[in-house]
Amino acid sequence: MTAKTLYDKLWDSHVVRQEADGTALIYIDRQLVHEVTSPQAFEGLKLAKRKPWRTASMVAVPDHNVPTINRAAGIADPISRTQVETLDANCAEFGIVEFKMGDIRQGIVHVIGPEQGATLPGMTVVCGDSHTSTHGAFAALAHGIGTSEVEHVMATQCLVAKKSKAMLVKVDGKLGHGVTAKDIALAVIGKIGTAGGTGYAIEFAGSAIQGLSMEGRMTLCNMAIEAGARAGMVACDDTTINYVKGRPFAPKDSDWDKAVAYWKTLHSDAGAKFDATIELDAAQIRPQVTWGTSPEMVTSIDGRVPNPASAPDAVKRGDWERALQYMGLKADTPINEIKVDKVFIGSCTNARIEDMREAAAVAKGKKVAANVKLAMVVPGSGLVKAQAEQEGLDKIFVAAGFEWRDPGCSMCLAMNDDRLEPGERCASTSNRNFEGRQGQGGRTHLVSPAMAAAAAIAGHFVDVSR
Amino acid sequence: MRKFELLDGVVVPLDRANVDTDAIIPKQFLKSIKRSGFGPNAFDEWRYLDHGEPGMDNGKRPLNKDFVLNQPRYQGAQILLARENFGCGSSREHAPWALEDYGFRVIIAPSFADIFFNNCFKNGLLPIKLAADKVDVLFKAVEANVGYKLKVDLEKQTITTPDGSAYPFEVDAFRKHCLLNGLDDIGLTLQHVEDIKAFEAKHRAAQPWLFA
Ligand code: SF4
Repeated sequence: MTAKTLYDKLWDSHVVRQEADGTALIYIDRQLVHEVTSPQAFEGLKLAKRKPWRTASMVAVPDHNVPTINRAAGIADPISRTQVETLDANCAEFGIVEFKMGDIRQGIVHVIGPEQGATLPGMTVVCGDSHTSTHGAFAALAHGIGTSEVEHVMATQCLVAKKSKAMLVKVDGKLGHGVTAKDIALAVIGKIGTAGGTGYAIEFAGSAIQGLSMEGRMTLCNMAIEAGARAGMVACDDTTINYVKGRPFAPKDSDWDKAVAYWKTLHSDAGAKFDATIELDAAQIRPQVTWGTSPEMVTSIDGRVPNPASAPDAVKRGDWERALQYMGLKADTPINEIKVDKVFIGSCTNARIEDMREAAAVAKGKKVAANVKLAMVVPGSGLVKAQAEQEGLDKIFVAAGFEWRDPGCSMCLAMNDDRLEPGERCASTSNRNFEGRQGQGGRTHLVSPAMAAAAAIAGHFVDVSR
Repeated sequence: MRKFELLDGVVVPLDRANVDTDAIIPKQFLKSIKRSGFGPNAFDEWRYLDHGEPGMDNGKRPLNKDFVLNQPRYQGAQILLARENFGCGSSREHAPWALEDYGFRVIIAPSFADIFFNNCFKNGLLPIKLAADKVDVLFKAVEANVGYKLKVDLEKQTITTPDGSAYPFEVDAFRKHCLLNGLDDIGLTLQHVEDIKAFEAKHRAAQPWLFA
């Protein structure tokens, strides 16, 4: 038998049929649903008088539009409110499990899926959201889809897809103190570029990846899409199995043993062939900070804002110049001299309990710098929030001058009221630094939770590894 | 879905790499629960000088005259010429909805982000990958000639320039068939209901916990 990659195994076990040109129908085990990309899909379904194929495969949650403050008052913006109410109504109509805004299980879709055990090894997982790659951390094949595809999966339980190429990103060695999964993700993107993974499914492997917790692996797979790959994944091991055990949607009793036996096969076989391989030495990775308007515009905390004069080609030079202008940065400025106006700790990349702990450890007993107008911590789910409060992390944040909010996407994309004003500069643990992402004219620097907390305390970027 | 017919359209050049879907349609417009009406807000932050919100009368907003879509010579453009990694970022299908609603039928770029690329085909938009040097030639030609048009023939898979040079392009057979005939994927997939049911039964037997 030929050696298979993890991706081959996940793909092969879900092919319903395949055409001669490689176009396949892939069976989908889990569809996660949120309020922004589903209303048109539900509407399409109803217009065509179709019913969801298997409602039990779906879990829904509102996250993008929900307020993170004063939630009891409901959603003030009538358009946002309608969108969330539309989700509620659609879920009620079709009998889909939904964690509504008042439910402690509510949170960012990519945080709650794994938290509930709704994401399991060996599954195919889709959601109308590009960061669905997050779920690949569980040795699942998970990718973001558009709204037409959301409707397609609802109606047929299948996705029309073609197999991607396979890329291995191998990170060996030991991460330095203060260096996290987020830094690995940014370092990989810095190396291969935001289009480097286009057309590939990435498997992250190597001793540094095996050493990551499930939460770290989720952070890494979450950012696979920022490297252009629709899917990122990590092999299943004891870390995976221990995380899943006992969660509400996880298999129980005899199913559990059967499942574990199967899950243990979910890794690339020795000698499996990848179409591309990238290697990184974990010990060389330093805390990362983005300086531009694309996640590939990244350097380490020891670095400087690059000089467009040294760009490799004319298109890049133009991009760098435009980015520096948008970011209000001068070429050659040391990264650690860049001052921030706001700090955002949250998003599906970094709003899990370990992220909260990492940030709190830095903030403990300190005060947010006077030049920082707002430092906010937005947990990824109601359960993360409750856990953090049980550990007293909220008190550490509040004493240091951070705001402690309710769960949701928040200032990751600023669809609710949390946003940057034009020209404001933010240290953010989210995943995208595109123009206007956190508010029109806002300037985003992507960093790890520890780096964000440290920037809040110092008022500018500092090296948490020293 | 609208059928893709032979197109002879004005080309507009958008000379930047990594144009993301947040730029194509900013998030505030994603609050809509409809599929249409996004065209006036395509590239909103680049196109207008003020901050756009849903419900505004876009006809009364101040235009950014420097932005290429606002230049008189490119009015009525149906073909968008772009650079590497077009459509990266969020999976929002609102991006192709906005481009289609604006009037685009074809996007030509050296590379596209995967999800965006997929989403285009579901909405009667044809994304064409063309080698970077060829795209470069087209950029120069468009900028040098007011009213520059290209003919796009999906059936024959060619782009033809006004001087008669033809550029062949690749397109997946299945997607081509759907675009040419205006077919909706769901209907096609449901022709295979028996296959799906058979697969599901087998899958359930092997991994019953997925169906618990
Ligand atoms: S937290 Fe940000 S990236 Fe994640 S799902 Fe929400 S908006 Fe998207």
